[in-house]
Amino acid sequence: MNFDKELDARGLNCPLPILRAKKSLAELESGQVLRIIATDPGSVKDFAAFAKQTGNELLASAQKDKEFEFFMKRK
Amino acid sequence: MGATPEIANIDELVNRRIEELLPQKLEEALRQREESKPGSMAIIATRGTLDWAYPPFILASTAAALGWDVQIFFTFYGLNLLKKDVSDLKVSPLGNPGMPMKMPFGPEWFKGINWNIPNIVQAGVPGFETVATMLMQQTIKNNGVATIEELRGLSLEADVKFVACQMTVDLFGFSHDDFIPGLDFAGAATFLPVARNADVSLFM
Repeated sequence: MNFDKELDARGLNCPLPILRAKKSLAELESGQVLRIIATDPGSVKDFAAFAKQTGNELLASAQKDKEFEFFMKRK
Repeated sequence: MGATPEIANIDELVNRRIEELLPQKLEEALRQREESKPGSMAIIATRGTLDWAYPPFILASTAAALGWDVQIFFTFYGLNLLKKDVSDLKVSPLGNPGMPMKMPFGPEWFKGINWNIPNIVQAGVPGFETVATMLMQQTIKNNGVATIEELRGLSLEADVKFVACQMTVDLFGFSHDDFIPGLDFAGAATFLPVARNADVSLFM
């Protein structure tokens, strides 16, 4: 999937992946896509909830080995 | 004349229709208003130890990231969380049987051991609290958990409002200079109206 910016949140724990993602999204234009890679297993539910609350669309969420990958489109 | 009964009839039909439609429209308008309103949270932070410093700042910074309006009212020992230097916050396993005592270094089997240290030893050995705090700080680092200073900074950056309890400042003999800048000093009468309008209100 194409993306405009990438956030490496590996090794970070709650709530840092969400806080960093919020910051990275703020640097994007509306409609642009952020790719996030995280290792916190809690981030799967958290990013879904974050997307629902903020209106930024979670385009995809996948697990690769012990890493989690998210694509989020800025509102 | 036939006109008057007809008008009365139309009036009645209009009234009946309004009564049918009004509740639906009202409900829809209220729901839209509710959805467009940002969330809000009011927290009272009363604890001043390293472990209890986390919940208010984690929730506040996360709520701010969700676009909520957040206020934290710091009172009693919670004021310690607003000191310029928070690197000296301590944690005490003494009298806290829920706290695991594990080593943040060494091989996996060693790290897995939960050291069951009796209260009498914890209380009697000088510097036990300092050592426990150092181990906790190392564990925090190993797990990629943010420091209190970092979470506090992120909360402030995201416009979380910090209010310090003036009564406690006087009671404990603190001065405003002991604390980070940008605080409001106020009392219960300031917190309550905020809490009344908050969707989430928590005491920690």
